[in-house]
Amino acid sequence: MPDLPGYRRPYPGTQPNYLHPPYVSSIKRAPSRPLVYLPHTLSEVTGPLFDSSVLDRKACDLTRQHHGEPLGERIIVSGRVLDENGRPVPDTLIELWQANAAGRYLHKVDQHDAPLDPNFTGCGHTLTDSNGHYRFVTIRPGEYPWKNHYNAWRPAHIHFSLFGPAFATRLVTQMYFPGDPLLPFDPIFNCTADEKARKRLISVFDWETTMPEHALGYRFDIVLSGRHATPWEK
Amino acid sequence: MSLQATTSQTVGPFFLIGLERLFVDNLAGPGVSGERVEIEGRVLDADGQGVPDAMLELWQANAQGKYAHPEDTQAKNVEPGFRGYGRVPTARDGTFRFTTIKPGRVPGPEGKLQAPHIVVSVFMRGLLRRLITRIYFPDDPANSEDFALNLVEFGRRGTLVARKSTKRDDLLEWNVVLQGPDETVFFDC
Repeated sequence: MPDLPGYRRPYPGTQPNYLHPPYVSSIKRAPSRPLVYLPHTLSEVTGPLFDSSVLDRKACDLTRQHHGEPLGERIIVSGRVLDENGRPVPDTLIELWQANAAGRYLHKVDQHDAPLDPNFTGCGHTLTDSNGHYRFVTIRPGEYPWKNHYNAWRPAHIHFSLFGPAFATRLVTQMYFPGDPLLPFDPIFNCTADEKARKRLISVFDWETTMPEHALGYRFDIVLSGRHATPWEK
Repeated sequence: MSLQATTSQTVGPFFLIGLERLFVDNLAGPGVSGERVEIEGRVLDADGQGVPDAMLELWQANAQGKYAHPEDTQAKNVEPGFRGYGRVPTARDGTFRFTTIKPGRVPGPEGKLQAPHIVVSVFMRGLLRRLITRIYFPDDPANSEDFALNLVEFGRRGTLVARKSTKRDDLLEWNVVLQGPDETVFFDC
């Protein structure tokens, strides 16, 4: 079969370096040798595809996974998944996880002295629709302390995991909230050199998706690597 | 319109909550043909300590060298039930394990076949972006002519090739070493 076009590499500064000493865990886990440049082959332009058979329909509403309603402020998080060419990425799986309103994860490693919520698990998933749109209902996650440095606190955030159409488009990221006073101090949020790229991780308050008498809306658009037009990478 | 891909962020320590649902440690169900292998190993940090909060994702072709994906237009079949996707976490001591079939050779650049391989994404707390690497199979004559292996300096190629275990014939061992003299080769990909 003919060579297939590969996917674009990141613009300089728009993705984090592996070693980012302010994020202390990166010091012993970042590779020390330079990466080996690998042109994309069939192995990288293909990747796992998931259809609605893997879906639990209730999974896009994190406030309705238990008998009662979770505590905290109900919010709607929605947006579009696009590629770098501006085209929507349809039918792609989004997995999401987060802390509860008190800033506690339902995870045995999380020993933060804040209450668990019996009505909140903090995980969801959905597929984008044919226009790349997705929508979750959840509660606003709390900020929480961590041990990276003295008096370290993570800003409120939601973890997003996306596959896209290929192995090359896989992305795991975090969504933040506008106006969070902790953002300037967070080594994870600040790991990326390019300020505009960092700011794109901050969701936008959105009247259009805000539901009267019900929940505020936040918009978070996600961009996956785009494809070259021809098989020849420069 | 030209956009820039969203910045990657770490999976953090609590990814189990969101990602456990699609853990798959057997990539080849009962109806899938091919040579069955089990691959086990450890993820090791700069001190040689096992990483207890890492996750590997795997992607591979079937035994005929065909991916379960529409971009693979080779006139070969994919058995129903074969996806070629795996996702496994590490245990407390940094070990992971999965079962699969040895993939066939898939096309590479300029029409040359690649040696059988599994592509791997590595995620963990402390990694701000995934690491990308490959697992090749021991004693495969195609390894010497594989274009990706040949991009790697000779002395480091071995980090991409699984070893036969002394425990069992169908067991292979392959580690992810994050730093040090035996550091695994990771790809800019």
